[in-house]
Amino acid sequence: MTRSYLDHASTTPMVAPAVAALTAELTQVGNPSSLHGSGRAARRVVEEARELIADRLGARPVEVIFTSGGTEADNLAVKGAFWSRREPHRREVLTTTVEHHAVSDAVAWLAQSAGAEWVLADVDEIGRLRPEELRACLTERTAVVSVIWGNNEIGTVQPVSEVAARAAAVGAVSHSDAVQAVGHLEVDFAASGLDLLTVTAHKLGGPKGVGALLARRETALTSLLHGGGQERDVRSGTLDPAAIAGFAAAVDLAVDGRPAEEARLRRLRGDLVAAVLAAVPDAVLQGTLDPQLSLPGISNFVFPGCSADSVLMLLDAAGIDCSTGSACSAGVSQPSHVLMALGRSEVEARSALRFSLGHSSTTADVAALAAALPQAVLRARAAAAYA
Amino acid sequence: MRVLAAMSGGVDSAVAAARAVEAGHDVTGVHLALSKNPQSFRSGARGCCSKEDAHDARRAADVLGIPFYVWDLSDRFAADVVDDFVAEYAAGRTPNPCLRCNEKIKFAAVLDRGVALGFDAVCTGHYAQLSRSADAVTMHRAVDEAKDQSYVLGVLTQAQLARSFFPLGGSRKSEVRAEAERRGLAVADKPDSHDICFIADGDTAGFLERRLGRAPGDVVDESGVKVGEHTGSHRFTIGQRRGLRLGVPAGDGMPRYVLDISPVTNTVTVGPQSSLEVRAIEGRRPTWTQTPTIGSWRGLAQVRAHGTPMPAEIRLDGEVLRVALEEPATGVAPGQAVVVYDGSRVVGSATIAATRA
Repeated sequence: MTRSYLDHASTTPMVAPAVAALTAELTQVGNPSSLHGSGRAARRVVEEARELIADRLGARPVEVIFTSGGTEADNLAVKGAFWSRREPHRREVLTTTVEHHAVSDAVAWLAQSAGAEWVLADVDEIGRLRPEELRACLTERTAVVSVIWGNNEIGTVQPVSEVAARAAAVGAVSHSDAVQAVGHLEVDFAASGLDLLTVTAHKLGGPKGVGALLARRETALTSLLHGGGQERDVRSGTLDPAAIAGFAAAVDLAVDGRPAEEARLRRLRGDLVAAVLAAVPDAVLQGTLDPQLSLPGISNFVFPGCSADSVLMLLDAAGIDCSTGSACSAGVSQPSHVLMALGRSEVEARSALRFSLGHSSTTADVAALAAALPQAVLRARAAAAYA
Repeated sequence: MRVLAAMSGGVDSAVAAARAVEAGHDVTGVHLALSKNPQSFRSGARGCCSKEDAHDARRAADVLGIPFYVWDLSDRFAADVVDDFVAEYAAGRTPNPCLRCNEKIKFAAVLDRGVALGFDAVCTGHYAQLSRSADAVTMHRAVDEAKDQSYVLGVLTQAQLARSFFPLGGSRKSEVRAEAERRGLAVADKPDSHDICFIADGDTAGFLERRLGRAPGDVVDESGVKVGEHTGSHRFTIGQRRGLRLGVPAGDGMPRYVLDISPVTNTVTVGPQSSLEVRAIEGRRPTWTQTPTIGSWRGLAQVRAHGTPMPAEIRLDGEVLRVALEEPATGVAPGQAVVVYDGSRVVGSATIAATRA
């Protein structure tokens, strides 16, 4: 059975240049930290990748700190900046109510174990940070503010430049998790005014297990990983030249191709939304389709009267991969905190499915979803009585 | 057939699912998350639905190459099994939560939901044998007498049995373990689970005390004379001997047993073993694996899991199942099920409401 992969926001297939760059390095010996010829060869691969990534994302090479991926970069940003920036009267960490768990759980931990005060700024009905909340919550008591660039569940884009400007004015460190944005929206680190920005390879066509935190040179970060002193002494650990080369090749392609790809995905998403609403007329789109305020490939629907778990299972059996978009505990899905933040009830939040498009998505994928969805929703509704 | 295999993470349900796959069915694995706050790891043979169990079930499904999902039935389990368990003890009865889970969760909520989602049947790792003819399904004891679970399945009806598979009923446990090993299922040497799954530390009295509190009352003998005190009548079950902590020794110096529990007066009555003897059992809420058996017939009655089948005269009297035992039995506790058999065939069950000597 040909499967239709509608879960690109979870991870997206590796692109050919990334596979080529990665596999070319796999058989090379040499630790990038070693002083000999093999080490120099490995370091050259890493540094060329660093320069390429910096160039494509509007950063300087020294601002690129390689990590194991988005979660580590978010943890380093939030914890590392808090520990460096906190003062007796500056202990607040500000986030929105729709952050990824890699940020919100890190802040929750800081609040529980490291003396931080977590301030949550509310969002509006499409999940966008309210301007008055930003003004009220981002103050001289704020040590770190972290706001997701484009939401992974509903796709809503946040006013990160406004956040960065306001943070600079009050002396707070600003961070944005941009793992969903890079390659889908224009992301320029210098122009954004942010101090810290998270990017990960596998969301844009690179390998899993590698990412980066872009960090301004003057932004102090306390290390989470101690050891050999790699990456500005902020992130110790032997670097993986093959993964990093694959990461850079993917960033290069994704950023260069972004304008055309963004437009293509927006059209395809429009088709998908129309097809879903035609198949299930009472489905309710979450977030927004506004091109200024949304990621191009993500759509999220509440299917009233259904358990999203049931629809997901039935679509899976019909060859369609999608997601509830929320965190799992032992495989038990929790109601999405993002949808709850938009004002959805727990029942509605448990009825939401995310379909996310990416570089390999086609109109055939949308057609397959449109064909399978009515029966899946019908059966899930019948099963809801026994949930 | 499209079959939903309930996979606990243990060896039995993994092999049952494997056999369903091998029989040519289109099998989907489901792990039932029954606990609101699952533990991360198993502790010995107790507890269930830990994250480790879910992982083991998922690995078994991966090895079998079948789709796998976790179904969160913790709300239903809390209401239909755990709350019921507590309420039964509070009412002076001794419930069987496994039977209740089969009746309300596995072969009701899960089966109904599965059917609504397009499945034809549920497959579990229970040890019982089903025999299918053109117009009926009969259930018999398992080949492995030590593992036989027909008692906790005795509450199932024809409609439920028609949509059930128990692929292990014809095998011995040792064969199932060997088969798991042969199939490369990592759970082959996992210990069997025992006791009540939602009381992970095995301390039922402590669990009930947390839910019901302490309610001190009197322990009396058969003549009503106070012989001691207790901290809650829900700590006792009929036939219990240990943990009575009686200050006054029995007149005859013989051990005393719990004979009766009266939650209204919060009194526990104790007496000699001879007073525990029961010859007549009154069962309420009878269920039948086939159409109800009318009239009086001679069969076998079993009053607890892994209990001995006892010859009896069995009669349906309106909505009451009357069981007259040929030989007296002890430790027959209201709240438990009496399951009646015709030889090895399960005929039906009822909840024990009253007993007489």
